[in-house]
Amino acid sequence: MFKTLADAIAEAEASGRTLAETALAAEAADQGRPVADIRHALHRALEVMRGAVAQGMTGDLRSTSGLVGGDAAKLRTGPAGPLADTLFRDVLARALAVQEVNAAMGVIVAAPTAGGAGVLPAVLTGLAAARQIDDERVVDALATAGLIGAVVAERASLSGAEGGCQAETGAAAGMAAGAAVELLGGTPTQAGHGVALAMQGTLGLVCDPLGGLVELPCVFRNATGAAIALAAIEMALAGVTFAIPVDEVIDTMGEIGRSMDVRYRETAGGGLAATPTGRRLARERLVQIKRG
Amino acid sequence: MVSLLDIIGPVMVGPSSSHTAGACRLGLLARCLVGGTPQRAVIELHGSFARTGEGHGTDKAIVGGLLGYRPDDERLRTALETAEGEGLDYRFEKTTIADDAHPNTARITVERDGRRSVMVGSSLGAGRVLVTEIDGYPVEVTGNYHTIVLVAEDVRGSVARIAGILANHELNIATLKLTRKQRGGDAFMVIEVDDVPSEAVRDEIRALPWVHWAFRLDKVSA
Repeated sequence: MFKTLADAIAEAEASGRTLAETALAAEAADQGRPVADIRHALHRALEVMRGAVAQGMTGDLRSTSGLVGGDAAKLRTGPAGPLADTLFRDVLARALAVQEVNAAMGVIVAAPTAGGAGVLPAVLTGLAAARQIDDERVVDALATAGLIGAVVAERASLSGAEGGCQAETGAAAGMAAGAAVELLGGTPTQAGHGVALAMQGTLGLVCDPLGGLVELPCVFRNATGAAIALAAIEMALAGVTFAIPVDEVIDTMGEIGRSMDVRYRETAGGGLAATPTGRRLARERLVQIKRG
Repeated sequence: MVSLLDIIGPVMVGPSSSHTAGACRLGLLARCLVGGTPQRAVIELHGSFARTGEGHGTDKAIVGGLLGYRPDDERLRTALETAEGEGLDYRFEKTTIADDAHPNTARITVERDGRRSVMVGSSLGAGRVLVTEIDGYPVEVTGNYHTIVLVAEDVRGSVARIAGILANHELNIATLKLTRKQRGGDAFMVIEVDDVPSEAVRDEIRALPWVHWAFRLDKVSA
């Protein structure tokens, strides 16, 4: 797989191929597997993503601790705000839905991680539903997202324990943005700007879950991560460019992660987890889990 | 090398790739050491596994793994309730394995039909695992391949004999590691192969007079 997005973008532009085609060819060569096999696995991932969205939308789920659940359904049926009946509101609901399913021990696709699993399906399945995009093209977008995530894994990190939430929902927003820009007809170069525009908006984001559980604020971070992805997609497709090259933005995320205090890296020692209410809720809920 | 399918995957039961999916894989590997669902299991949790394991379903995931459920199996949710019906008597303890042990580490002691085995393994993140100790022998088993583990007397030509058996069954060796506690003492072999080794392969290895025991560990990665 590629070690820089610049190389992948240059190769795609030079050969007149998409980033998705470039990624699938590289993966097939790396793993010694036919492209059809890889696409088959991505189709399965898409099916699981759709299943999680549908399950989460019902509003019947509560997490193990009871801290989260039911908010996707509120966006689906609750009172309207300024985003009533828009793709934007639907994507927010989808992101909450997947992450509520995750918190309730439902089946999801870790993409790139379980904690950041809501962003990519929300953006891609939301767009596919709104624009009637067929599954083959959504699978292409998953391949593009996988390429972006692989470069982030290589250059920075995809783990909240290593790099904070910028490495989980931040990376997911970058993956979703780049993939969706290409899905909507943008060039590989525009997709690269989409990744940079999304990730610059999540730099420094800490990982501070109450009690160390993948629940609060994780569920909502996925919704706001998806919102940042949508903003980046809109800007990149409009021709907005980001002056710092995307690989340098990714490196910056890695550098910030490495210098982040351990309290902000999934240990529940800082941030929202360390607030008086955060500590109280975690204590009460953990006692409740032990009682069953 | 990072694979695209490691990024878009695995498909798993939430909420945490390290505390749930990885924990399940450790249970699956421990189960293989006694050749099936154990009758008794003592699971000692260390570090973050001990601190936040319950909220992440780490207990359910390890027990589910011991029952043979994979990380994407929704039965993980109810594994603690199902265990009794499956004949598994389990117990959890909190422990400190070593000060420098990986934060997500478990020591799993399993017993089945008179055989007892102790495995120490860690969940490294993104669902990846590493088994670092089996029955007191230091090992490195990732579960990314089908693996054969065996303890044998440290006799000349033992590696060649075993490689011969694998070749006869057209099994390609991906990696082979040999460790021993002392010269002339027992040797511990971890052999990763590309295809599933049959029971016949295991039985031929077990039939060698200088082999004390041999087990097949499943490939547990996606």
